[in-house]
Amino acid sequence: MAPLGQTNRRNGWKLMKNKSLVVLAITALSLMLVGCPPKEGGAAGKNTGVSGSEIPVGEYGSMTGLQATFGQSTHNGILMAADEINSAGGIKGKKIKVISEDDQSKQEEAANTVTKLISENNVVAVIGEVASSNSLAAAPICQSNKVPMISPSSTNPEVTKKGDYIFRMCYIDPYQGKALADFAINDLKVKRAAILRDVKSDYSMGLSQFFKDEFIRLGGKIVGDQSYSNGDSDFKAQLTTIKQTSPEIIFCGGYYNDVGQIAIQLRDLGMQQPLVGGDGWESPKLFEIGGKALDGCFYSNHYHSDDPAPQVRSFVDKYKERYGAKPDALAALGYDSMKVLADAMSRAPKLDTKDIRDAIAATKGYVAVTGVINMGADRNPIDKKLVVLEIRNNTTTLRATVDPAKNAAGAPAAAGAATTPATGTSTATAAPAKTK
Amino acid sequence: MRKWWLKDIVLLIVGLAVLVGANYILQVLPIQGMAYYFRVIILIGISITLAVSLNIINGHAGQFSLGHAGFMAIGAYLSAFVTYFYASPYLEKLPEGLNRLVLQNVFFLGAVLFGGLCAAIAGYLVGLPSLRLRGDYLAIVTLGFGEIIRVIFLNVEKLGGARGLSGVPAWSNFIWVYFFAWMTVLVSMRLIKSSIGRAFLAVREDEIAAEAMGVDTTRYKVQAFVIGSFFAGVAGGLYGHYLAYLNPAMFTFMKSFEVITMVVLGGLGSISGSIVAAIILTFLPEGLRMAKEFLHMNSDPRMVIYSILLIVLMLTRPQGLFGRRELWEILARRKDTVPKETRDQDKGKMNRTSGPSISE
Repeated sequence: MAPLGQTNRRNGWKLMKNKSLVVLAITALSLMLVGCPPKEGGAAGKNTGVSGSEIPVGEYGSMTGLQATFGQSTHNGILMAADEINSAGGIKGKKIKVISEDDQSKQEEAANTVTKLISENNVVAVIGEVASSNSLAAAPICQSNKVPMISPSSTNPEVTKKGDYIFRMCYIDPYQGKALADFAINDLKVKRAAILRDVKSDYSMGLSQFFKDEFIRLGGKIVGDQSYSNGDSDFKAQLTTIKQTSPEIIFCGGYYNDVGQIAIQLRDLGMQQPLVGGDGWESPKLFEIGGKALDGCFYSNHYHSDDPAPQVRSFVDKYKERYGAKPDALAALGYDSMKVLADAMSRAPKLDTKDIRDAIAATKGYVAVTGVINMGADRNPIDKKLVVLEIRNNTTTLRATVDPAKNAAGAPAAAGAATTPATGTSTATAAPAKTK
Repeated sequence: MRKWWLKDIVLLIVGLAVLVGANYILQVLPIQGMAYYFRVIILIGISITLAVSLNIINGHAGQFSLGHAGFMAIGAYLSAFVTYFYASPYLEKLPEGLNRLVLQNVFFLGAVLFGGLCAAIAGYLVGLPSLRLRGDYLAIVTLGFGEIIRVIFLNVEKLGGARGLSGVPAWSNFIWVYFFAWMTVLVSMRLIKSSIGRAFLAVREDEIAAEAMGVDTTRYKVQAFVIGSFFAGVAGGLYGHYLAYLNPAMFTFMKSFEVITMVVLGGLGSISGSIVAAIILTFLPEGLRMAKEFLHMNSDPRMVIYSILLIVLMLTRPQGLFGRRELWEILARRKDTVPKETRDQDKGKMNRTSGPSISE
């Protein structure tokens, strides 16, 4: 009954159907293989404390994606700190187990990973993220689950306002902006500054504003305020406008990739003014892009690897031995986050999230690599050390240190967050270091 | 007189009951990490809404749009604008209780629909001039448009600018997400059976022929665009209120590509294909986290596996998982491999071309 055409069609169909079935089966199988949750632990556990011999601590960060170098440095620092703590006997006889998850620098995934760490891995605390936007997406989840979260380097003030379980390890942008304005006025002795800010980045916008306010407050004059977008390649229009206002310094609180380009075009226009910026400059890539054009520029950072302080020296040595590279500020902050967390856990009466939170909040005078940690009432470290670095020949040297804690103890005469004059600190004479 | 809407109302009630039940069951299931799986399930719902709505534009009407994330951003930001600045402060003054809960959901529904509406208007404004373009040109225009929207939000200081809008009330939940996903699927299915949907298909198959037959191609293209962007806006509203945080960086063209991958992987024009692909592609990046533990690797291989799976799928099924057919059509054809009308047509063709048919 069946015509020839139909038989052919049917055969064709069978082939197609088989093929699609095979594909579906492969997909389903792979999904099952990788998707089946390991059924350890059995019943759903609430975060009531640590029962086993390990303390699960979660870490989420950008191991891949746009900010992968930041995430990986932080990850290295955290792992090194955890291993150090474990080899020294752990905390209350228990070892720390770091569970890391990648969020691809995506807010959606940051929120997912934190949910996973808390609900599936029952972590007692979470460390992350570098980028403020990712921290902001994840912080409400930590807060609503009442799991303490320490962000190593999210500088947006908004992050720790998400709740009383959210902490950070770095100073915040208002502090950094103020310190830089202070440095410009009191150390560089300049009165006229121009600002070049990146409208695409909240970080740059905020930092520039804080710098501007403080600079004006200290008697300086902002002669120009120009903007660009992260990823632009031509800055000549803005720089020419700035040139006409003849500033003594140009404040450029953007990220390293733009700063390098800006410096080159600045010198092309025959301007010799130094650029001044924040911790967004911190990257080996800065010198690859900017090269000689960056000579004489300044930026603030969380620490400098040539700092002679003993805790910095031992950290840098150990890091070099383990990873074969010089630790950057993010590695140091990751390391400090883990160390401060461990310190808090050892002080907490019980290893549950509530007690750990209280212990972190009570951290006072903990000597960390990036400075002395005193947790303030708003869960930000207060009066933390800040270093200003000078760039010469693709290397950085320590130009000035802002250390309110030290000032308060050693020189009561120095008021507030005054910049220690470059000649006044022993660190200023430190040998030029290769930041590579 | 057939009361077609009666069936719909019954379906709606049953569907809502199922949603509420599923919501309850999923939350009390005693599984380690249920909160995490629940989260992924909700994100899958949002992806379904996005993929099915893009399928109307890309699959049914055949217009290659790369700006879906832009429409999503409009919905997300404008609905958040309503809830963040008006609804939420108003509700905070009210005493806690059932009253407030009901009002909150009413406001949320209103805000999400408002977001969708604004996205639809934007879709109309963009579509009107640009849909006279075809193929690659349209793709580029929509790509540019998506970026323009993102940059606009980047510069609106009131909505957080580059810092992002944090503190968006987290009012999205499983029921809302799947309600809208279901509505999108329903509208899409009804649409394709209607005269508008037929016109979409005509435009997709051959624009010149469609025009010659009297189909107002630009009008139908714009219609597809408006409907698609409405649901993209709705999905954006749900997304923003679920993450409780908005940042323009969430809506880059990478997000558009993610949705396009879902539509293409499922099969352009296949609604069920879009749904299945949305489920797979949203689940995979999360599910593959386990790969690290299984393979005992230090680095995370999940994105490598993810990409390999995508390549394998596209190599073996270049027309997408289901091609242009729907899942139920494929299943139905198992019993009766060729539908009746095609068979009759074939028979006629055979008779004409090769004389008498060979029959037993």
